Amino acid sequence: MADLLPEHPDFLWRNPEPKSSYDAVIVGGGGHGLATAYFLAKNHGMTNIAVLEKGWLAGGNMARNTTIIRSNYLWDESAAIYEHALKLWEVLPEELEYDFLFSQRGVMNLAHTLGDVRESIRRVGANKLNGVDAEWLEPDQVKELCPILNISDNIRYPVMGATYQPRAGIAKHDHVAWAFARKCDELGVDIIQNCEVTGFVKDGNRVVGVKTNRGTINTEKVGLCAAGHSSVLAEMAGFRLPIQSHPLQALVSELHEPVHPTVVMSNHVHVYVSQAHKGELVMGAGVDSYNGYGQRGSFHVIEHQMAAAVELFPIFARAHVLRTWGGIVDTTLDASPIVGTTPVENMFVNCGWGTGGFKGTPAAGLTFAHTIATGAPHELNRPFALERFETGALIDEHGAAAVAH
Amino acid sequence: MLLISCPNCGSRDETEFHYGGQAHVPYPENPSGLNDREWAEFLFYRDNTKGIFAERWLHSTGCRQWFNMLRDTVSYDIQSIYPMGAPRPDKAAAAPESGTASTAADSTTTGSAAPSIAATSITSTSTAPSTAPSTTQSGTTAPEGATK
Ligand SMILES: Cc1cc2nc3c(=O)[nH]c(=O)nc-3n(C[C@H](O)[C@H](O)[C@H](O)COP(=O)(O)OP(=O)(O)OC[C@H]3O[C@@H](n4cnc5c(N)ncnc54)[C@H](O)[C@@H]3O)c2cc1C
Ligand SMILES: [Zn+2]
Repeated sequence: MADLLPEHPDFLWRNPEPKSSYDAVIVGGGGHGLATAYFLAKNHGMTNIAVLEKGWLAGGNMARNTTIIRSNYLWDESAAIYEHALKLWEVLPEELEYDFLFSQRGVMNLAHTLGDVRESIRRVGANKLNGVDAEWLEPDQVKELCPILNISDNIRYPVMGATYQPRAGIAKHDHVAWAFARKCDELGVDIIQNCEVTGFVKDGNRVVGVKTNRGTINTEKVGLCAAGHSSVLAEMAGFRLPIQSHPLQALVSELHEPVHPTVVMSNHVHVYVSQAHKGELVMGAGVDSYNGYGQRGSFHVIEHQMAAAVELFPIFARAHVLRTWGGIVDTTLDASPIVGTTPVENMFVNCGWGTGGFKGTPAAGLTFAHTIATGAPHELNRPFALERFETGALIDEHGAAAVAH
Repeated sequence: MLLISCPNCGSRDETEFHYGGQAHVPYPENPSGLNDREWAEFLFYRDNTKGIFAERWLHSTGCRQWFNMLRDTVSYDIQSIYPMGAPRPDKAAAAPESGTASTAADSTTTGSAAPSIAATSITSTSTAPSTAPSTTQSGTTAPEGATK
């Protein structure tokens, strides 16, 4: 039977054995780890490096997210890093020589209360001042852009308008990971799957190696990109992070012909919906309230999200759910990421992207690579250093940026 | 959906409850003496245990009382439910409640040992068999095997 199958297509990356030592080791083979390794090799000439992944490449949140990419955040610091990411998304398919179906179909953030309306208009203003494309749409304009949305006032939370970012959109998350992985591999980076980091070797307060299920690996520098498991790794290294890990779920429907031309997010009734290229309706919910590492959440969260979806999009009422799944998201109290140095010398951390780090992948990688290579912050990640929890310079993006995805 | 056994009302759906995060975080004894680092720890840093975690829950649409729970954050098994103000049942030798702890329902101040000390030892209990039966009666101790 096997000889009847076509040849396996070319593999996109090697599966090398770990070397005994590297100039830098990145922990976590999700989007952020791979992007970091890519920019370390490309921008800083660091090619004797490895990405260690305990499972399979992009098996964490990277290929579990709802792929929404936008940069319409309220505060200057966030707008700067997310807009930089968006500009990178615009050039990456060509740079990585991989069409990962980045589709700038726009993202709409609905407003359902007077408070929402005021906050949204304020955010549009802030976005414009930061050079981020943003518009305020009245309900009839919302309907024009997305005809399947119910804008009548016969629902519990009628649509009172929306913000719209035309350059925002979606991309195929697994292909993004593969695109980065292939380029990393071409540049000489070792991508090592099934390699779990179980501890660190320190000389005084300086990290000099990582312990793994495949032996100890010496390294000059360590970059943590472990998303939901960041606290576990920090604890191994002997420091704490202000992170709580929560389950976050999403689901897809069976395939449908194209009905949904853009991306619609509603903070207030808590659902966000787009239609994948293949035709599935892709919907995300909120986090489960409790801490969890189980990559699954409670059904009532999904029920709540579906109720909101059906009210906003009456034609979804007869669509069937194909599958649901969960990831583990690393949330911070100000809903902003943590990128920078740690209390351990030569160990750096990129985490806290929580429910919304897919869109940030290219900028996280670019700036984190800079920090690992130079030991110093990049202008774009400086405000996101761990120290902000002591100085009080929080970047409070809760609610301010609509749903945090 | 978790099935949570409220000490006052019995087994109810998770949707009746409100999550309160890590238990046993005492309000600082001497707030004016804290430096920025210590305030950061109290305000923003909580354990994020993978394994058995001591956490607070409020039966918000029932008796409106707070209680503590030991729950496995990987399997989500509830191992024990015990009153606010009582020490962790899997830490038999734990110091008695101290500090400005209060057992009032809305209190955020119930606490015992410093969280950072608890953190290290909690993780070591994560090897407790998750097959242990969930004991969800009020004030019970952890099932056999969970106390290492
Ligand atoms: C359901 C869901 C929907 C989402 N929707 C969106 C969205 O629409 N838009 C958006 O911008 N963001 C979204 N996100 C968030 C986004 O997915 C994450 O912020 C982002 O993927 C995190 O970075 P990452 O890709 O590197 O994480 P991950 O892919 O989780 O990578 C971390 C990796 O570290 C590995 N690891 C952990 N511990 C170890 C160890 N000890 N040794 C070795 N490896 C280890 C893990 O196995 C994992 O592969 C969503 C997340 C979820 C779960
Ligand atoms: Zn009750």
